[in-house]
Amino acid sequence: MRMLRLALAAAALAFAAPVHAAGPSVAIPSQTWSFGGLFGTFDRASAQRGFLVYKQVCASCHAMKQLAYRNLEGIGLSEDEIRAIAADVMIKDGPNDDGEMFERPGRPSDRFRSPFPNVQAARAANNGAYPVDLSLITKARENGANYLYALLTGYRENPPAGVEPMEGMHYNEYFPGHWIAMAQPLWPDMVDYPDGTRATIEQMARDVTTFMAWAAEPELEQRRAMGVRVILFLIVLAGLTYGVKRKIWADLKH
Amino acid sequence: MVGLHKSDFKNPVVRWIDQRLPIPSMLTKEYAEFPTPKNFNYFWNFGALAMVCLVVMIVTGIFLAMHYTPHVDYAFDSVERIMRDVNYGWLLRYIHMNGASMFFIVVYIHIFRGLYYGSYKAPRELLWILGVVILLLMMATAFMGYVLPWGQMSFWGATVITNLFSAIPIVGPDIVTWLWGGFSVDNPTLNRFFSLHYLLPFVIVGVVFLHVVALHITGSNNPLGIEPKGPQDTIPFHPYYTIKDSFGLVIFLIVFAFFVFFAPNFMGHPDNYIPANPLVTPAHIVPEWYFLPFYAILRAVPDKLGGVVLMFASIFVLFVLPWLDTSPVRSMKFRPLARPFFWVFVAACLLLGYCGAMPAEGIWVVLSRVGTAYYFLYFLVILPVLGKLERPLPLPASISQRVLGGGPVPAAAASKPMEKA
Amino acid sequence: MAETSTAQAQGGHGAGGTRRDFLSLTTTAVAGVGVAAFAWPFIQSMNPSASVLALASTEVDLAPIVVGQAITVVWRGKPVFIRHRTAEDITAARDTPLSALPDPQTDQSRVQKPEWLVMIGICTHLGCVPLGQRPTDPKGDFNGWFCPCHGSHYDTSGRIRRGPAPANLAIPPYTFTSDTAIRIG
Repeated sequence: MRMLRLALAAAALAFAAPVHAAGPSVAIPSQTWSFGGLFGTFDRASAQRGFLVYKQVCASCHAMKQLAYRNLEGIGLSEDEIRAIAADVMIKDGPNDDGEMFERPGRPSDRFRSPFPNVQAARAANNGAYPVDLSLITKARENGANYLYALLTGYRENPPAGVEPMEGMHYNEYFPGHWIAMAQPLWPDMVDYPDGTRATIEQMARDVTTFMAWAAEPELEQRRAMGVRVILFLIVLAGLTYGVKRKIWADLKH
Repeated sequence: MVGLHKSDFKNPVVRWIDQRLPIPSMLTKEYAEFPTPKNFNYFWNFGALAMVCLVVMIVTGIFLAMHYTPHVDYAFDSVERIMRDVNYGWLLRYIHMNGASMFFIVVYIHIFRGLYYGSYKAPRELLWILGVVILLLMMATAFMGYVLPWGQMSFWGATVITNLFSAIPIVGPDIVTWLWGGFSVDNPTLNRFFSLHYLLPFVIVGVVFLHVVALHITGSNNPLGIEPKGPQDTIPFHPYYTIKDSFGLVIFLIVFAFFVFFAPNFMGHPDNYIPANPLVTPAHIVPEWYFLPFYAILRAVPDKLGGVVLMFASIFVLFVLPWLDTSPVRSMKFRPLARPFFWVFVAACLLLGYCGAMPAEGIWVVLSRVGTAYYFLYFLVILPVLGKLERPLPLPASISQRVLGGGPVPAAAASKPMEKA
Repeated sequence: MAETSTAQAQGGHGAGGTRRDFLSLTTTAVAGVGVAAFAWPFIQSMNPSASVLALASTEVDLAPIVVGQAITVVWRGKPVFIRHRTAEDITAARDTPLSALPDPQTDQSRVQKPEWLVMIGICTHLGCVPLGQRPTDPKGDFNGWFCPCHGSHYDTSGRIRRGPAPANLAIPPYTFTSDTAIRIG
């Protein structure tokens, strides 16, 4: 019993870690995600639509520099589609033999082109606010996917009664502190989904969140599949080892 | 053949080596025949588990270092490259990342086991002190390792912890500048932290070796806290404890694997996936969970120098613990008065851990102070005084008497010659 | 850990011996498989990463290279020699009897267009970069390339003619994307 208590205490110590202070932000509603739970996988169609949303909406301000076009294979795009997507973008390369930088059509091996050459340029173009890189956004925020979805769907035209409007800022129910520099990015039907899905704000938010979740953890499916095999293997090994242990210790028991 | 070691090995090759370099004899003596108390419980697995953790950390670390770039402009991206482009890089990194937490869980349980069963008492004082040295080295290694991915928590953790040294009167600021190699945490800091993070684990290996040598001189403590009286109280380490440790190891690996594959970021902090920004501090910075109790002690004191001194004292008090505890009885099993105080001590450590994760305001400061007060009270007052006041329960005459309920010593339990050696 | 400990855990302790032996062997074998499987990701991590593999091709514009000139481009981190051969170069290469070659290969089999010779510029002996690209370089006894490290001579088709190198300079996979442009890899 006493040992059990010590073990529990140790476990509690481990679990105390992720308890972080609840800030002034509002509780984030939980959504059901294709990649949620212990065994979820990414909804490919949704992630592909999400990429479209990123490309047509987010990418005008937000970089995703950890991703390369070739990575899009991970959400089910074919090599030709990827080649075409990359070729649509002009990538800065060089220097060439004359020592000049030049632009050329993108290749699958290129990283996603960033909308701004550096942080200063990004700030200058956005009233001093820096549009963060989105490569890891769902990992870089507490409760990442739900937060992102809540943020994208949390814009309110008018702040609640009694809240002073802020110049150049936008009211969002879920942003910590509520006033966010980014204007509402998603509007109904702003993206034409080739598969005929209706582009409501909620649909686009869900799709782009799925895409971002994949972008942050492209290894997720492989990781979980491997985890299942590793743990099953270890359980078998534990059973065998326990058997050997019992046999060896048998002649000491009286 | 004067000068050759006398070898008992039959195999001619092993014998030839053993005569000249008696490592096989040594291993047989120290790991196969080594007489070990027969009454270990599963808490005695954690030393072996810690050893496995150390090996896993070193191996994954060496492979990660093949892909990591210690430069402020590339560190974050190189870690992401490991996660995305290097074959199985995500696996290596998640093992290493969660391995640090696992290592600390294992070592903390190992330490609390030592505290409960009085493993620090004579003649094992030096064994215990070496253990505390290992803990200190682990803390330094873990801290510097956490800086390497160069995320927001890396940067601000490095800034806050190195600034602790600025509390030292007069020379403090100069020491901090020296630690940084500049006027803020920057590229020189990252480079030296990488160098030291690679070096220290091998220093740990050295101290672990000493820890094990010291252990083999005094022999292991055991749940009863009484020394083996004779061969009937011990069993050879192999196969009895090798197999018991193996079983414990596999169970441990299941827990480890669960975190690596299904909750790899559970013990991490989201802010460390934001690249370091020297101009913006995250709203709420916390160290990794294994430093939280010490962090709470630091913040419990309203005075800068006082907090730093107390935090370091909380570890250094462990060095003198063997002389603070005045009780002649090792195991808490036979110390009815001390036992509740021990459990309150465990609770105080957990409370401190919890407070460390909370903002330093309101009730949490009060609770941190209560926890800190008890932490030091336990070592500096309770243990010294209890040893004098307490009337311990009667100790069993020997390990076998207790284990066997006083019956006659059966043949199998008597020291059995090892057939193979 | 597990396998070393159980491997020897079979000393015959009484009647249960046989079953324990079998159980121990099975456990040891399973643990061994586990250790071997665990080693695999470590070994694989040292192979080229996805980003390295993605950069496997290089495009070269041949138009600016005049007859007789040679350029060096980089493909997969290695120098690739591209020589715009003269008529004499081609004749010399094609007139050489195969019997004169340590590594017999016809010139035709080494080029896609006779005037363009594309080769990996790494000596097949021990990996040095042979001389012969610049007009001022020594070109060896066969007017091709000369490796200064250990004195291997290559001819105008990049074939080994004299010296310790065992094989001709390697030809990378390449295709003509137009009359004057190639993609290597």
